[in-house]
Amino acid sequence: MTAETILSVRGLCTDFSGDRGNVRVLDDVSFDVGRGRIVGVVGESGSGKSMTALSLMGLVPQPQGRVSARSITLDGRDITRLGPAGMRGIRGRDIAMVFQEPMTSLNPVRRVWEQVGEPLAIHHGLGRRAIRARVLEMFELVGIPEPQTRLDAYPHQLSGGLRQRAMIAMGLICEPKLLIADEPTTALDVTTQSQILHLMRDLRDRVGTSIILITHDLGIIAEMCDEVNVMYAGQLVEQADVFSLFETPSHPYTRGLLASIPRATEPRAGRRMPSIPGMVPNLARLPPGCRFNPRCGAAMPVCLQRDPVLTGIAPGHAARCWLHSPNGDRT
Amino acid sequence: MLMFALRRILVSIPVLIGITLILFIMLNVVPGDPIALMMKEHASADVIERVRAQMRLDDPLITRYLRFLWDALHGDLGNSIKLNRPVTDLILKAFPNTLMLAVSAALVSWVIGIPVGILSAVRRDSFIDRFFMGFSLLGVSMPIFWSALLLQYIFAMKLELLPVSGFYGWQYMILPAVVLGWSSAGVIARLMRSSLLEVMRLDYIRTARAKGLRETGVITRHALKNALIPVVTIMAIQVAGLLSGAVITEAIFSIPGVGRITVSAISSRDMPLLQGAVLFATVLVIFGNLVADILYSVLDPRIRAQMRKEV
Amino acid sequence: MSRSSDLTDAPEALEEASFLRDTLRAFRRNRMAMLGLGFVLLLVLGAIFAPWISPHDPYRVALDEQLLPASTTYWLGTDNFGRDVLTRILYGARISLVVGIVPSLISLSIGTMMGILSGYLGGRTDFVIMRLADMMIAFPSLLLAMVVMYTLGANLLNIFLALALVGWASVARVVRSQTLALREKEFIEAARANGTARVTVMLRHIFPNVIPTLIVLFTLAIPEAIMWESSLSFLGVGVQPPEASWGLLVAKGKEYMFQAPTVAIAPGVAILLTVLAFNFIGDGLRDALDPSMKD
Repeated sequence: MTAETILSVRGLCTDFSGDRGNVRVLDDVSFDVGRGRIVGVVGESGSGKSMTALSLMGLVPQPQGRVSARSITLDGRDITRLGPAGMRGIRGRDIAMVFQEPMTSLNPVRRVWEQVGEPLAIHHGLGRRAIRARVLEMFELVGIPEPQTRLDAYPHQLSGGLRQRAMIAMGLICEPKLLIADEPTTALDVTTQSQILHLMRDLRDRVGTSIILITHDLGIIAEMCDEVNVMYAGQLVEQADVFSLFETPSHPYTRGLLASIPRATEPRAGRRMPSIPGMVPNLARLPPGCRFNPRCGAAMPVCLQRDPVLTGIAPGHAARCWLHSPNGDRT
Repeated sequence: MLMFALRRILVSIPVLIGITLILFIMLNVVPGDPIALMMKEHASADVIERVRAQMRLDDPLITRYLRFLWDALHGDLGNSIKLNRPVTDLILKAFPNTLMLAVSAALVSWVIGIPVGILSAVRRDSFIDRFFMGFSLLGVSMPIFWSALLLQYIFAMKLELLPVSGFYGWQYMILPAVVLGWSSAGVIARLMRSSLLEVMRLDYIRTARAKGLRETGVITRHALKNALIPVVTIMAIQVAGLLSGAVITEAIFSIPGVGRITVSAISSRDMPLLQGAVLFATVLVIFGNLVADILYSVLDPRIRAQMRKEV
Repeated sequence: MSRSSDLTDAPEALEEASFLRDTLRAFRRNRMAMLGLGFVLLLVLGAIFAPWISPHDPYRVALDEQLLPASTTYWLGTDNFGRDVLTRILYGARISLVVGIVPSLISLSIGTMMGILSGYLGGRTDFVIMRLADMMIAFPSLLLAMVVMYTLGANLLNIFLALALVGWASVARVVRSQTLALREKEFIEAARANGTARVTVMLRHIFPNVIPTLIVLFTLAIPEAIMWESSLSFLGVGVQPPEASWGLLVAKGKEYMFQAPTVAIAPGVAILLTVLAFNFIGDGLRDALDPSMKD
């Protein structure tokens, strides 16, 4: 943990208790976010990527959900020690989140400036005039055209792209150390998508905000991120800087993901599009051993018996796979 | 806003005409001679004839209807046959009492219903929730005349805390207002609860929490306004329910209001009186609907935008 | 693990059977609903067999036994004519139940027809029917029923008509919105593409899909009808003596509240329990058919 790391997560676990007992939806997730870096979290639906964000923010639905971790350190402070009141204090101020659905994530009956400026009222006790001025600044920062007129608008009067920009403004208004963006562009059309991504990169360059970018789209990962965490069935299966991930993917799942991207430059006429066979497992009924083994082309006997641990392959590159573990049986 | 109100009023006029037309037809197509039915005890044939001519009952229906409307606009609703006094006077004298009853009952129902609903939603599945919801269910399932009798028996006769009946001061309004408001409160409480629970599940509530807002703040500043919208819509139907209930409440507590007039008009077959009372009720209902519509648009800016588009 | 070769049942038949089974199972698990169902069954049996199981004669007048309190002979006491209150309530159940069920059937039929026509045909038909329905819903039900009773005279048949008139509009609204949703589904388009006549589409495709909703609406319409009828009878414009529905019993007992409150209270309790029972059943059915609508 250095002064260059803004967030350090160790052993994050999230459990849900339902009528069928306890289900562990996040298992031993650990990663770092460097200051001013964009870290990607990628995986299919149900891999636990959104749950990671919610767990960090303390937004997991209570009382069914329980979050535990060995440590979560934000800029030097261990936030696992914070109670609900403490978490509320840092939410929106030190860590902020941008959600996937700009259509439904804004309150339809309140004006946009009130909502975007609300964190200022909550955390800094600013008055109406001060808040309006700040929101105007933010609107300019995130590139909302004619910001003065937009202040008093209602959400339904803005387009999807503008709403998402407003959400980003809302996230940044207290100048948080870390911004978590959960699929921020999935609900937008392609043109708007690239504008928003450009905006985020721009903000990182200018303001220095660290970003956790959650997505299922490897293209966005390639374009935006410095480091990547790949998640599968609630576990982190590969961790690397973006170049290493794309050049030397080490986990069979990552390899499968990369192989299944349709490439325009390598026409494979007459051949089927590769995809990973099988389905994501039900977290309540996991297979024994490695969670990926039913779908893995390189499965070995040990994979069916023991759950692998995250093993280092190269500096800054780790994978949860027996292929790379020195203790793995290779019969 | 003014434009919106004006437009709603304009739209209400055909509805008013429609309802009154239907009611007028129903009241005047009574099988048998209405005058004879009314005056059967002491009327001779030519008295009946004279009254019929006086009331011009032999004119075609549509003429009578138009004349009725015309007279009504001038404040003339005919004369009560039984009491031999102008209907308008009778109704104007009785109206304030009914209004007071309805307004107090409505207040009771909101003052009780809304907080109960909110509390039940916030403390979902707790003892409080179950208790309140059970109480509301009871309120909705008890016929008003029965709960009126019950409360009258307990509070007025046995405990002698409140007056039994009549209307000589504000204390006489307490029991009737509570009785009338109770079932309404039950409906509002249940609706408020389910509406709030539904709103709390929506995405923008999660956004509010993500900003670090306290749960109380989340509810009051984000959830409530949205959750109140369906409840306000109910208000329009509430007016009708209150009027129906007022008829019974006035009967039991001997309150001299429009409801009691209606009942006696029916039993004594006093057609002009009944007609006037029904017209009056219609106007009240339409007015209530109007107020509810305006309130609704105040709460939900999306409706305002939609309304503006309809110009 | 699929044994595709073993599937001899047509998939649709399997789906229907399990839908019914799931619904029944969900309903059975709802304790309040089962309680309600039990009560209603008991009530119906009691009403049908009233002449045999009543402890006393409901019409016999015994002026020396007026207004007695509850005792072992007269479980709920006697009224001002010396008649056993419990017996009167049992006989009243016959009227109240009939008045609950028949108008509900009528209003459901009218409402369904109007709702499907309105929702499926759209345009001017929709406009006219919905304006009509809005007017009925906005106007106080009791007043409307009272006006009808005034016009037609106070007897049982007219009560059926009055209550049916009051109740059809809300049924029509619900059915219309369901029809609108169904209309957009592909199988309707397919039927139309085949050249099926509109009436046939409405009868054979829309209507069967609305039936679950109708069952719920029916169960919830009955207690409303009972409440209205009892109010009408209480005011004197409903059922007329010597027939006695529960509402009329309360009205007659009102005069003796001070001496013998049971006479008026007991029939009201009967109304309350019946209304609650039907509401539980209706809610239970609704939750069993569409659990996504639950809180």
